[in-house]
Amino acid sequence: MLDGALPVLDVRDLKTVFKTRGGEVHAVNDVSFSLRPGELLGVVGESGSGKSVTMMSLLGLLPSPPADVRGGTVMFDGKDLLRVTPEQLRTVRGGKIGFVFQDPMTSLNPVYQVGFQIMEPLRKHMGMNKRQAAERAQELLELVGIPDAKRRLNDYPHQFSGGMRQRVMIAIALACDPQVLIADEPTTALDVTIQAQILELMKELRDKLGMAVIWITHDLGVIAGIADRVMVMYGGQVVEHAPVKELFSNPQHPYTRALLKTIPKIHGARSARLTIIEGQPPIMTGAPTACPFRERCDVAFDRCAVENPPRYDLGEGHDAACFFDARTGEPRDA
Amino acid sequence: MLDDTKKPLVSVKDLKMHFPIHAGLLRRRVGEVKAVDGVSFDVFEGETLGLVGESGCGKSTCGRAVLRLYDITSGSITIDGREIGATPQPALRDMRPTMQMVFQDPQASLNPRMTVEDIIKEPLDEHTKLSDAEKREKVGELMDAVGLNRKFAKRYPHAFSGGQRQRIGIARALALNPKFIVCDEPIAALDVSIQAQVVNLLEDLQEQFGLTYLFISHDLSMVRHIATRVAVMYLGKVVELAPREGLYADPLHPYTKALLSAVPEPDPSLARATRRIILKGDVPSPANPPAGCNFCTRCPAVMDICKRVEPAYREVQPGRFTACHLYNETTNTADETAG
Repeated sequence: MLDGALPVLDVRDLKTVFKTRGGEVHAVNDVSFSLRPGELLGVVGESGSGKSVTMMSLLGLLPSPPADVRGGTVMFDGKDLLRVTPEQLRTVRGGKIGFVFQDPMTSLNPVYQVGFQIMEPLRKHMGMNKRQAAERAQELLELVGIPDAKRRLNDYPHQFSGGMRQRVMIAIALACDPQVLIADEPTTALDVTIQAQILELMKELRDKLGMAVIWITHDLGVIAGIADRVMVMYGGQVVEHAPVKELFSNPQHPYTRALLKTIPKIHGARSARLTIIEGQPPIMTGAPTACPFRERCDVAFDRCAVENPPRYDLGEGHDAACFFDARTGEPRDA
Repeated sequence: MLDDTKKPLVSVKDLKMHFPIHAGLLRRRVGEVKAVDGVSFDVFEGETLGLVGESGCGKSTCGRAVLRLYDITSGSITIDGREIGATPQPALRDMRPTMQMVFQDPQASLNPRMTVEDIIKEPLDEHTKLSDAEKREKVGELMDAVGLNRKFAKRYPHAFSGGQRQRIGIARALALNPKFIVCDEPIAALDVSIQAQVVNLLEDLQEQFGLTYLFISHDLSMVRHIATRVAVMYLGKVVELAPREGLYADPLHPYTKALLSAVPEPDPSLARATRRIILKGDVPSPANPPAGCNFCTRCPAVMDICKRVEPAYREVQPGRFTACHLYNETTNTADETAG
């Protein structure tokens, strides 16, 4: 890990609100994180926790209205991405910041050959001519482990399997040598044996190309195997953030602790009954004035209902947004 | 593991479900997708048989075929002592209360224009002669049983969350006091924190009503939790069937080994220490499976015989079945002369 190195991406107090008929939904609430060169940051959370919306906000991918990115800064390459012109943002997206989406079926255009789709960013962002782009496209397909790359460039997406399509998506994201790759649930739609292939590939590529990666998933198992640091999101907020081993061995937020207990394991002792987290995830209407997890929390007390806890620094890169100190077993000082 | 007192409630023998492929101007039949191709297993009374495999392996088709939601190509299905493999659909009606299904997508399997009460009541309307008041009372009991507030009986499915919708689906399946329920990926569409709630509910109901489950899932960790025995499918065939403990501790078939090693473990030190078996390539098309063993194109332990002779599915240890030539030493010669 390159501790102390300047972050490639630094997000501070990002806030995104959706305007709906039922009122304002605060999907992302003061989310802050930074990404160091070459590291893999895992983002975990359930659906609606705001993990995808956070990433889409910082890339300006949300339609407005209904979305309104209301505040914060996103520093990348010396510029604040929330305050650059749409043209400048376009050169960053798909160029210095690449991304891979969950569903490889819908994120490729079915009527263009995959070669054309890989060459598109090369010609737009890198100013390559057709021949150069075709050569690079072939290299990229070989890089992501697609056999017979040259011939496959002329195939259409439907001629690829799900795992192969996700490899094509990764090739497109890598086309312009990105400094940051954002992968939003890239293996969720895939089978476990294919997921294992893609995870291996990602580890290999990161070591070879040295880019920083943000990996969004709801699967704690995937995170455990691949991430350097982990950010846990709940109700549009970061509730806990720690180096991966620390998070799994020493979780401090009640939500993280409950989540780790609720998933059954494939090895080791098998519990007769699963631990459950009662209730439902919250819908974040109105500005948050209380802890979003309080209604499902087993250590909540009065303060949790009147104040939203800030992220308390616990040292060694670990922080948790909870008024209850799990180490001492007592509430933190007001 | 298997004591003699256990009776199979469901017995499936050499079940085949092939779907025709039509092509050309005259829509001639040019081939078939062998979605389920010779599957045999028993489900014992009161147990949960987990059926696992990757997408496209035929596990859902198998579950639906067992309930005769399809007209099967061939094979025998015995449920509760009655052979239903070849029974015409109208004659199956009086069997339907015994065998029910919980579907994967609670959004798609509930009619958005019916209230919760109507949804749960529908099987009662079809199959019983209860009075309206009795039906309403029964619906109330079912809602209690699955943990839904009776006050919400007049609401429509859209007013409920995913986990609650799945509870409605479960209540509907329970309405006719079934003995056997096929649960087809009942938790796949739910969030992690909600999955445990639904699984615990299924376990409680099993105990309370003495249900027998066929639990279809791709989530191997969850199947380890809920299943008594586990069957692993690959490309239309069961490759291994074993009691839970044995299967997870000591998988026999190379595909089971690869599948289990591919499951990401939520423990960083373990996840990085264990050596994964990474399978090469993709699953072949079920319309054109390879000769010999279905798994021979991806198997890390492939031998010559695997490409020629299909391995027999047989009991290799007490209670443990597998179809693999690695465990066939004694019968190799016999198979070759026979095949």
